[in-house]
Amino acid sequence: MNYQFEFGWLAEYYPQIVKGIGITVELIAVGAVAGISLGIFCAWVRALGPAWLKPIVALYVELIRNTPFLIQLFFIFFGLPSLGLKLSELQAANIAMVVNLGAYSCEIIRAGIQATPKGQFEAGASLAMTRFETFRHVVLVPSLQRIWPALSSQVVIVMLGSAVVSQIAAEDLTFAANFIQSRTFRAFEAYIVSTAVYLALAVLLRQVLAMVGGLIFPRRAAR
Amino acid sequence: MIEFTIWDILRNLLLATRWTIVLSLVSFVGGGIVGLGLLFLRISKRAWLQSLAKYYIELFQGTPLLMQLFIAFFGLGLFGIDVPAWLAAGLALILWSAAFLGEIWRGCVEAIAKGQWEASASLGMGRLQQMRYVILPQAMKIAVPPTVGFSVQVVKGTALTSIIGFVELSKAGTVVTNATFQPFTVYGLVALIYFALCWPLSQSSQILERKLNVAHRNH
Repeated sequence: MNYQFEFGWLAEYYPQIVKGIGITVELIAVGAVAGISLGIFCAWVRALGPAWLKPIVALYVELIRNTPFLIQLFFIFFGLPSLGLKLSELQAANIAMVVNLGAYSCEIIRAGIQATPKGQFEAGASLAMTRFETFRHVVLVPSLQRIWPALSSQVVIVMLGSAVVSQIAAEDLTFAANFIQSRTFRAFEAYIVSTAVYLALAVLLRQVLAMVGGLIFPRRAAR
Repeated sequence: MIEFTIWDILRNLLLATRWTIVLSLVSFVGGGIVGLGLLFLRISKRAWLQSLAKYYIELFQGTPLLMQLFIAFFGLGLFGIDVPAWLAAGLALILWSAAFLGEIWRGCVEAIAKGQWEASASLGMGRLQQMRYVILPQAMKIAVPPTVGFSVQVVKGTALTSIIGFVELSKAGTVVTNATFQPFTVYGLVALIYFALCWPLSQSSQILERKLNVAHRNH
């Protein structure tokens, strides 16, 4: 082996890397907020919602969970324009991530809702709350609290999966790595550095989600 | 211009599906073997072996599979090894699935009550005997549903190998799209084929989980 590692030259590509990190962070921020909201709605439909909506949501969840993210992305970016829906790379990437996380978080949140004791619903009803009010004020927050660790893991998985959006030329961190690689032919350094950045992002994201969890969930007395 | 019928498209995609299946099997079996090794490291009594496995798992679960593929494909080439796409794809997928399987199985082993370890130790069993005769048979029963469930992730993971040029279902989808200019139909069909591969697996994982729960309730 006579390959010499050099990382100093990477400084020249600093702007590209920072821009890539920015887009990856933007993608996961939008994806997490909108995806979890979509997941909450779908979980509500699957657990307590109107009967006619249930099969539609079930189909959506099963379709997304059993197909690769890459194909979902290609279908949205390359396939939908033939229906007259033309999207930019970034829009397509955002939509794909929201749709993907929505399906996964739906199942996770539904598990949280189903673990809610039946007495909670009865208690809500006895206070003359409607089913929706009971869900909103009594069931939702403890359900989310119960599954928050699993949901956080899923958000991290989706963030790592976002590396694929470089394939439709959305200029994320992987796109930057590929750009540097094709300019310099120093594949190893480019990919090692971006992999390390992803690892740091994953660790950071975990911390942020734990903090968010600490903020939105009231601390309960030890049971 | 040549007209392509749906059948032409589907036939070409199905031919490439073979490689998706082969790669999935190789990754799942290979990942299982390496994952079993990781499991043993993770529950060994030596602290440095434990942390070795822990760092391995954190590294592979904390970075994108795509990056792992790139490093296997471009990185190994730098050491003078000529890496064909299938080799890099297989290697990266095996190492990646090992991290997840190792962690899934550790959870299953840890779910076994501590008293089982103590009881078998009191019978004078060594660590390996304890694992072989007492812990693993029980842990395996718990491990089946999540392991089957993870196989879905492996099948979907193989789609990424198209990016380093391994010709499987996704790559075939791109190639066929470029020839037919019908991305909507082609990627729709590709998605349906993946669904046909994955859905039975995730369904059986759910059924197995329910069966196991029933077994639990009867205790």
